Amino acid sequence: MKLSVWTYEGPPHVGAMRVATGMTGLHYVLHAPQGDTYADLLFTMIERRNHRPPVTYTTFQARDLGSDTANLFKTACQGAYERFKPQAMIVGASCTAELIQDDPGGMAETMGLPVPVIPLELPSYQRKENFGADETFHQLVRALARPVEKTPQITANLVGPTALGFRHRDDITEVTALLEEMGIGVNVTAPMGAAPADLARLGAAHFNVLMYPETAESACRWMERALDLPYTKTVPIGVGATRDFVAEVAELAGVTPRLDTARLRLPWYSESVDSTYLTGKRVFIFGDGTHVAAAARIARDEMGFEVVGLGCYNREMARPIRALARDYGVEALISDDYLDVEAQVEALAPELILGTQMERHIGKRLGIPCAVISAPVHVQDFPARYSPQMGIEGANVIFDTWVHPLVMGLEEHLLHMFRDDFEFHDDAGASHHGGQHVPRVPTADRPEAPAAATPDAITWRAEAERELRKIPFFVRGKARRNTETFAAERGLCEIGIDTLYEAKAHYAR
Amino acid sequence: MTRHTPPPPAAGCRNAPVLKQRGQHEVFCGLTGIIWLHRKMQDAFFLVVGSRTCAHLLQSAAGVMIFAEPRFGTAILEETDLAGLADAQEELEAQVERLLERRGDIRQLFLVGSCPSEVIKLDLARAAERLSARHAPRVRVLNYSGSGIETTFTEGEDACLAAMVPALPATDRRQLMLVGALPDVVEDQALDLLAQMGITDVTVLPARHADSDVAVGPNTVFALTQPFLGGTHAALERRGARHIPAPFPFGEEGTTAWLRAVAREFGVDPARFDAVTDAPRARARHAVAKATETLNGKSVFFFPDSQLEVPLARFLTRECGMEALEVGTPYLHKGVVGAELDLLADGTALSEGQDVDLQLDRCRAARPDLTVCGLGLANPLEAEGLTTKWAIELVFTPVHFYEQAGDLAGLFSRPLRRRAALKLEAAE
Ligand code: SF4
Repeated sequence: MKLSVWTYEGPPHVGAMRVATGMTGLHYVLHAPQGDTYADLLFTMIERRNHRPPVTYTTFQARDLGSDTANLFKTACQGAYERFKPQAMIVGASCTAELIQDDPGGMAETMGLPVPVIPLELPSYQRKENFGADETFHQLVRALARPVEKTPQITANLVGPTALGFRHRDDITEVTALLEEMGIGVNVTAPMGAAPADLARLGAAHFNVLMYPETAESACRWMERALDLPYTKTVPIGVGATRDFVAEVAELAGVTPRLDTARLRLPWYSESVDSTYLTGKRVFIFGDGTHVAAAARIARDEMGFEVVGLGCYNREMARPIRALARDYGVEALISDDYLDVEAQVEALAPELILGTQMERHIGKRLGIPCAVISAPVHVQDFPARYSPQMGIEGANVIFDTWVHPLVMGLEEHLLHMFRDDFEFHDDAGASHHGGQHVPRVPTADRPEAPAAATPDAITWRAEAERELRKIPFFVRGKARRNTETFAAERGLCEIGIDTLYEAKAHYAR
Repeated sequence: MTRHTPPPPAAGCRNAPVLKQRGQHEVFCGLTGIIWLHRKMQDAFFLVVGSRTCAHLLQSAAGVMIFAEPRFGTAILEETDLAGLADAQEELEAQVERLLERRGDIRQLFLVGSCPSEVIKLDLARAAERLSARHAPRVRVLNYSGSGIETTFTEGEDACLAAMVPALPATDRRQLMLVGALPDVVEDQALDLLAQMGITDVTVLPARHADSDVAVGPNTVFALTQPFLGGTHAALERRGARHIPAPFPFGEEGTTAWLRAVAREFGVDPARFDAVTDAPRARARHAVAKATETLNGKSVFFFPDSQLEVPLARFLTRECGMEALEVGTPYLHKGVVGAELDLLADGTALSEGQDVDLQLDRCRAARPDLTVCGLGLANPLEAEGLTTKWAIELVFTPVHFYEQAGDLAGLFSRPLRRRAALKLEAAE
């Protein structure tokens, strides 16, 4: 039993729903109590879908238990087939139905429905949403894909995008364009937009582009063995990764690598002088393994940030993320406990968080800017405009998105210069962010929150504390922490103005 | 005084036939009530004993309301807990110990049952009893079910309040009890109106803090502020309290009828009643009239959601000039909403329970001007050209009593005004 407050992933049947809702012509019959229908709102409200997810819930009640929950399932299954006439169905149990052991798969089989019915075994008490999506897609592909003749033109499948995925809609467009430049067509994109009949012809492609390992790696592995389809290992998020991806695809397809960089702005935006202020900004990165790995590379190599910590919530990715962290000289945090992540952020006091919806809230609470790089996300991360993460435009979007929460370069200097000005003071926040002007609060009324990890033995003298407050907000946390570390290393138990500036000189870079 | 609402219908709907269908329900389970109950009871913690699904439901229903460490959480059952029951019981108690140690601010702890905990027959009552004995008097531990196999959406609040009743101290005081978790601002308004009429011995269930001296006994009379409190109603009657039946305080008419029933019980002089209510009644009518410009003559269709459907249909038809095509409710408790049914025009279609696909067919055929439904259905129906109002807002927004009557009407008129305001075609 584990106490959980906020969760990064839903239960595995929500993963199955992400696959089913992304597809067309497929229907999911879920043996579940009525409350589980909340999951529909993830798709209709957060993703703003204009259709109900193709899911029928049996909504059994206590009085049905032990008498006819099984019948209820059969009726729901039959009714769903007749109403929606899908090309194929998936059936399974939610956490509660798993306990009453009605065996939806077995029952559906005996019903003799005229379409393929694929049973799902998703252990609700062990696994989570990403596993559910990966396993569901894997079972669908196994059941429906058959060896078929290859397309005459070189084609690839785009594999992995689902409903409720972070920017999946736009990544598809971007990757399709990347392939097209090399003369490679798209055979099938799945699950997003595919019907069961499309899954049957996955084997006609020459290779698979695995866009999101979280949701489709098992299917790609199976297709590699059974359909002789190799798959790409590079996820093209960031400039470097996009170049690597192009090289990998060229190699797999036997074509000349080609990448049109006319629209690519990130390298120049990073090189231009205004970006000087980005140098060495301390970032903490957290999300799903794939997006974290991509973000770490961009942060260090393409933005010039310092990665001070990273981690992922999906245990399936623990191994590669641990290895990655070692490369970056940090220790990986592998946890799906929001409070662990918050504690880590608090201890590291980064200047920027790259995370999920959860980290956005952590950042808000701790006053640290945050940009979102990974699911789970909220409604504002399904923007109306085109904003992929992958490919050339993805790199441009990422530059803008990550820089946005920060105070701009020139503005940073102005804040240093005019930090005591009554309008232009640091509590007012960055000028390009919305919100009403905040009048300056007299310093005395505003106790500075001590850093979480203040060693007990060290105290700040009043004048040093006052001096600290003169430092702009976006570097104050770092200055406090550095000074305390500096003092602790030297065995000082009191911090004066001198200590503050000695530490500043010590850490100067 | 001029008449602003029509006279009650000749027959009303108390004995009207009710359509009952059994198919897929598209409703939340009772766990959802935790979202507003934990804001109301400021020293209570709600510990759901359930699965990852339950935790995810709470998070999704809470939307962006993320607090650093909210006063609710889910003890997620794992494979090991399912293997041996004795362990789960011990595990739960250990979790509670850790929680109470960390959160010294907690004075009431609710162990909330879920479908999984009920299917495996985890005995939360016993756990609550043992934990209560161990932590009294600092913390009181109670339990109730918010499971989807037992409760629908607002029934979670009912189960929670009903669980509190047996633990209330006894009293012989002649007093009024207001029952239902209302936003503080609304509750204060109600208490103020009652005080102006001279009714001052009033307690509220649930109280904002555990140490408020809410008690109950044979001289207690109670008035429900929410229509979904059937279980609490029964629990209070078992403690000897007596119910004051009345329509619910939605809109000018409902609020006046509700107050009048209470005033009559306490022998308030009619002149005094009018003196206290005349001004706010006029304000409420004025505010509702604005929204009525949009709502008048429009039709409305209710999907079952919170059990507020019957009182709201009464408000919209009688005060806002709307026509109710179908009033769906998860559960029709005639003992509680009888007075409301009397005011619904004869011939209004009532339905209880749900087969969502069949009901969607009826809704599409009826083409109402406004459809009141859950979050899962709203956008798909909008995409089909139907204007919708999310039902959940009706329980998350202050809508009771006079000063909110205009806001309540506004919740329904806004989607219609919005649709009329959007001009997305080319100008030509
Ligand atoms: S319906 Fe049951 S299993 Fe689903 S969230 Fe509600 S209590 Fe949990």
